[in-house]
Amino acid sequence: MSLSLSQLKQEWFGNVRGDILAGLVVALALIPEAIAFSIIAGVDPMVGLYASFCIAVVIAFAGGRPGMISAATGAMALVMVTLVKDYGLQYLLAATLLTGVIQIILGYLNVGRFMKFIPRSVMVGFVNALAILIFMAQVPHFIGINAITYGFVAASLAIIYLLPRFTKAVPSPLVAIIALTGVTLYANFDLRTVGDLGHISQALPAFFIPDVPFTFETLKIIFPYAISLSIVGLLESLLTASIVDDMTDTESNKNQEARGQGLANIAAGLFGGMAGCAMIGQSVINVKSGGRGRLSTFVAGTVLMFLIIVLGDLVVQIPMAVLVGVMIMVSVGTFDWASIKLMKKNPLTDSIVMLVTVAIVIATHNLAIGVMSGILLSAIFFVVKISKVHVKKQSVHPADKAIYEVNGQIFFASVTDFIADFNYTEKVHFVIIDFSNAHVWDESGVGAIDRIVMKFRENGKAVSLIGLNEPSMKLVDRLAMSYKPGPKASGQ
Amino acid sequence: MYKHILLAADGSDHSIRAARHAAEIARHIPDSKVDILFVIDYNQSKSDILHKDSIITIQKERSLRLKPHEEILQNAGVAYTVKVKHGEPGSAVAAYANEFGVDLVVIGSRGLNKLQEFVLGGVSHKVAKRVKCPVMIVK
Repeated sequence: MSLSLSQLKQEWFGNVRGDILAGLVVALALIPEAIAFSIIAGVDPMVGLYASFCIAVVIAFAGGRPGMISAATGAMALVMVTLVKDYGLQYLLAATLLTGVIQIILGYLNVGRFMKFIPRSVMVGFVNALAILIFMAQVPHFIGINAITYGFVAASLAIIYLLPRFTKAVPSPLVAIIALTGVTLYANFDLRTVGDLGHISQALPAFFIPDVPFTFETLKIIFPYAISLSIVGLLESLLTASIVDDMTDTESNKNQEARGQGLANIAAGLFGGMAGCAMIGQSVINVKSGGRGRLSTFVAGTVLMFLIIVLGDLVVQIPMAVLVGVMIMVSVGTFDWASIKLMKKNPLTDSIVMLVTVAIVIATHNLAIGVMSGILLSAIFFVVKISKVHVKKQSVHPADKAIYEVNGQIFFASVTDFIADFNYTEKVHFVIIDFSNAHVWDESGVGAIDRIVMKFRENGKAVSLIGLNEPSMKLVDRLAMSYKPGPKASGQ
Repeated sequence: MYKHILLAADGSDHSIRAARHAAEIARHIPDSKVDILFVIDYNQSKSDILHKDSIITIQKERSLRLKPHEEILQNAGVAYTVKVKHGEPGSAVAAYANEFGVDLVVIGSRGLNKLQEFVLGGVSHKVAKRVKCPVMIVK
């Protein structure tokens, strides 16, 4: 599949001015997030910054959704916490590499198609859980440290939320960071800074193979993490792609995006970066700032690296309290507030699925497990919902005959109630069961029909089945014992 | 005068009220036409994608929201077209009005108080400030 040259040119240079400006804005917004997500993951800030640079630049070329921003993310950082704690950075880099390989394979398997099987309530649970976890990760950095820390968190939040009411020319989180870092440097407050939690090296990332033993043992350690990272990364990336599709009224290639995410993660793993994915918040910022093309993502990545090389000395001076303020804003922006109001309106099962997804993520700190549980639960709810079969008895003349109309899906979950819906001892000679509004799905369904027919026969009634649709008929012909003209049903 | 009218619509009661006024004006002007402009806020995109089953549901619900406006204009026998754009509503309406040189913008007012205006930002106020032609704010 090759893109035409003119389309490629359009995707790169169709909106040069808007893309460069938006890319600059995003680069500035990415720096505090990349640092904060590194701190969540328990690695040096450089790991997140290198990841953001590599991922943004590679995805600019390889992604399937121009104008979308990918970098180090909170969702991915949260998945890798225990891996980093138990085994260290090198295993994280190896897991990142493996994540990339898995995502490329999934991309070739057209994983984009499977997105439609993820219910909306699971998606909402995903973003809400993500928001809650990002917020919770900030707590140790500001609760119970000292009064000045609280003051700085409050001050940064005030700037972030109130400044846009006066001017939208500059991103307010950036103003908060610059102003409050300046105040700290000037007044020498007792505040923890980014530098206390890790160091910033003012150098380009270098290529190296993760220093882990290439054994089956290593694979056993990193594989579960890589699977979780792949799922979480693709989920957030494809969700973000759909949002950008709608915002820009354009379409994207989801499978190419999945492969692009894979390539980007391989690059990150080989250049000392942690696994990442697309970011909803940053992509929205990019589109809002006028970014539409691949150039915007490329500019965001390269400018970020440039700023770190030039301003690294200053970045380590950023007080953690201000970073906490920015992250609280990120979590508030990530949380889907509409979902709280919708809980009253939506079906109860949807709300349960959403809440269970959130609860499991918070309990396990793993978004992938929460999503999988949510999908499973909503699948069960769905089965329960469609397993309700309605059987209606029609009164007919002559009274010697009973006609039953069956409405619904006949399958393993519905058969028990279905069998009980008939009156087998009625005083009639002929029973007709009409399946015009029913579908027989499996062996259990056919077995149930067998049982019903036999029970009627035991009571001395002649049964005929009518209206079975083509696939149901085939199934019944193949599996039923009672309905075949020739052989007798077993047990009789 | 007022041959090309822009009706800013979002499906709210305020914008349906505005539609009645747009229809009333256009009805009296021969050869006039109304552009119904529906601007979907960027944040709305996010919440729609998150909550609705598919893009088909989203599109259906969006066109459903515009239906009352269309009916009002149809009943008044006014020629109209529907445009859907994404962006920040105030800027998008103003940009559209200026780009296509419309003669009149009709927009509903949510009737916010001072505090709400400060927090939420008044769309009609913003449009009135930025558009070059007359703006009718329907209360």
